[in-house]
Amino acid sequence: MKKINKTSLNGFINYGIVIAAFALIQILLLIQKKLDVTILSNSLQSLLVPACCYIVMAVSLNLTVGILGELSLGHAGFMSLGAFSGIVASILLQNAIPMAPLRLAVSMAVGAVFGAIGGVIVGVPVLRLQGDYLAIVTLAFGQIIKNIIMVLYVGVDSRGIHLAASKERFDLAADGTAIIKGPMGAVGVTKLASFTAGFVLILITLVVVQNLVNSRSGRAIMALRDNRIAAESVGINVTKYKLMAFVTSAALAGAAGALFGLNYSSTVASKFDFNTSILVLVFVVLGGLGSIRGSIIAAALLYILPEMLRSFNIAEYRMLIYAIVLILVMLVTNNDKLKVLLGRVLPKRKGVVNDG
Amino acid sequence: MKKKNLAALLMAGVMCFGLLAGCSNSSGETSNPPASQPGSQESQPSGDSGNAGQGSDVVTIKVGGIGPITGDLAQYGTATQWGAQIAVDEINAMNGPIRLEYDFQDDTGVADTAVSAYNKLKDWAKNDPLVIYGCTTTAPCVAVASETYADRYFQLTPSASSPDVTANKDNAFQMCFTDPGQGTAAAEYLKNAGLGTKIGVIYNNGDAYSTGIADAFIAHAKELGLEVVAAQTYPDDKTTDYTVQLNACKDAGADLVFLPIYYTPASLILAQAKQMSYAPIFFGGDGMDGMLDMEGFDKSLAEGLLLMTPFNASGTDERTKTFVETYQAAHEILPNQFAADGYDCMYAIYEACCQLDGIADMDSAQLCDALIALFTGGDFSVDGLTGTSMKWLESGEVSKAPVVVKVVDGVYVTQ
Repeated sequence: MKKINKTSLNGFINYGIVIAAFALIQILLLIQKKLDVTILSNSLQSLLVPACCYIVMAVSLNLTVGILGELSLGHAGFMSLGAFSGIVASILLQNAIPMAPLRLAVSMAVGAVFGAIGGVIVGVPVLRLQGDYLAIVTLAFGQIIKNIIMVLYVGVDSRGIHLAASKERFDLAADGTAIIKGPMGAVGVTKLASFTAGFVLILITLVVVQNLVNSRSGRAIMALRDNRIAAESVGINVTKYKLMAFVTSAALAGAAGALFGLNYSSTVASKFDFNTSILVLVFVVLGGLGSIRGSIIAAALLYILPEMLRSFNIAEYRMLIYAIVLILVMLVTNNDKLKVLLGRVLPKRKGVVNDG
Repeated sequence: MKKKNLAALLMAGVMCFGLLAGCSNSSGETSNPPASQPGSQESQPSGDSGNAGQGSDVVTIKVGGIGPITGDLAQYGTATQWGAQIAVDEINAMNGPIRLEYDFQDDTGVADTAVSAYNKLKDWAKNDPLVIYGCTTTAPCVAVASETYADRYFQLTPSASSPDVTANKDNAFQMCFTDPGQGTAAAEYLKNAGLGTKIGVIYNNGDAYSTGIADAFIAHAKELGLEVVAAQTYPDDKTTDYTVQLNACKDAGADLVFLPIYYTPASLILAQAKQMSYAPIFFGGDGMDGMLDMEGFDKSLAEGLLLMTPFNASGTDERTKTFVETYQAAHEILPNQFAADGYDCMYAIYEACCQLDGIADMDSAQLCDALIALFTGGDFSVDGLTGTSMKWLESGEVSKAPVVVKVVDGVYVTQ
């Protein structure tokens, strides 16, 4: 009984942190508007939506890496799927759904569906295997998606939707709009994303992930992570539960991608490359494998950090400093002595430290 | 023991920052002081003291630059940053009616970072009139241009050449040729010069710039009756092996290979073509400019290379000479067309601002509208390093004559 209370309390703290952060930012924005003073600069405000996307990315990747215990190196591929399918959906639905927030929600749902389809395609064959195959295949998947979208032309005209793999075969009528133009990516996207939508998406992600982890299925997933043979011996369907975690993770990444794509007027496929996958993985690892709260905080701070470093006179070295910070965080969080020291300063956390 | 480790960690941290502090001091003076300290004393030798005497007649316009100064594309971004810096220093030293205050933000060549950089510049300008100079590369520029369009800032890009940059945006203007424009011009040049009976094309189909030129070139070459025998692609500029593409061109019997790509991959293509003793005429776009100054590049490889570039660093006119000397003194390398485009952008902004009446009372949006009216009015033209009497079309495209140069003995010779 006590144990359950602790886990659900943990979950509620996560909701609390996210809601409090959202409320704080909204209040600051309101004050700023009323009093006409600058509290949140333009640059900070422009980071809010992408930060939300990366938080969702990190939490969803944590489901694969931390909870399921499989390494995924192609999370940006699912984000890419979501981004481009979301953009296409938002443009196709321009006339059908004039209300922007609703269109955004539908686009994000479409992004999630495409992310999930990608997850099934990758997961079904690969998750049956033992070993590091998921890492290898997702690595390739990310590259494949990038290269496919780079040659993909999508457009819509009075005759319907057109898809082509090269410009010569892309015969769009004069009245049509090209949505994705190969290496130029998607241009002329109407920006629909808002901070509120990002906040709602984070909450949905938390509800999905935390409830999955704390359910019967979640316990089966974690049992697979801890000892596959033991789990199989008690009758847990390996592929089913692995697929459940992986596809959920991919779907959430797709939704985050759709939000991300609809936050900029142009998006190119090369944005979602291996580096982006690794960036998200870095958020997860630095936040702590399996720790949802850690992922949220790490993603938010580490996404905003390089932009904040612009403010100082050391702007040219900001990427270098960013790298140093990453290394220092890695060293500090893995330093046992420091943890003990921290445990002494904060006696309450001693139990947590030992779990650690 | 514990304390010792902690102390060691702290020391390491302190030393890292010491290192950085050292860097920023030493390079701050030589390379780009105003990027870190806009409007600092040392960048404007005749700055504030001369300014004080003239009183309120002097109007300061803030120019916010965006481009990659870190990452894969840093060489192009730094060139535009430094080229513009030279122009800003010259303009401010002239003691004219307009002063430019210049800041340059890094976008690492990525669209979302570019939007953050743009917002940073908005914060920097606060309520002062701001003009956006950038971005260096296409994808970030498209993203930023739609932001500036909504916020009403005038934007002039030195090198983002896709038509998407200016499409449906009245406030965005280009200093470089558009990609399709360059492809068409290249095909026409080949037709007129009678070069290449069979043409091969190798381009990066993961890059908007490269694909844009290649598509237009192939389409226009067909119209002109030129025979394109091979169109080969590679996925990104990190590719190191081009033998497949070269072999395809060789097998198809191409005696001229058009390379609408950047100079880093192009240098590898030249080297690998030589290894397989395939010697067609190589013809490149303006992205090829800068190859001769690559570290460790064997200039003999580029012998006979044709390229279209608006700027020739070995040019003999006074302005080019001064620019090249100043640039070399500061950065120890020859400026390329990115730097020259950046330089011209600053003069275009400056000369346009000088022609505006009542500029002292304008905010960014009014300045934007006034500049648009001037640029598209038809009477406004600028002489620069990359062309004389350059004008702008209503679409935001620049109209200037394309120039083809040939590499002879390691220097450009205008054809």
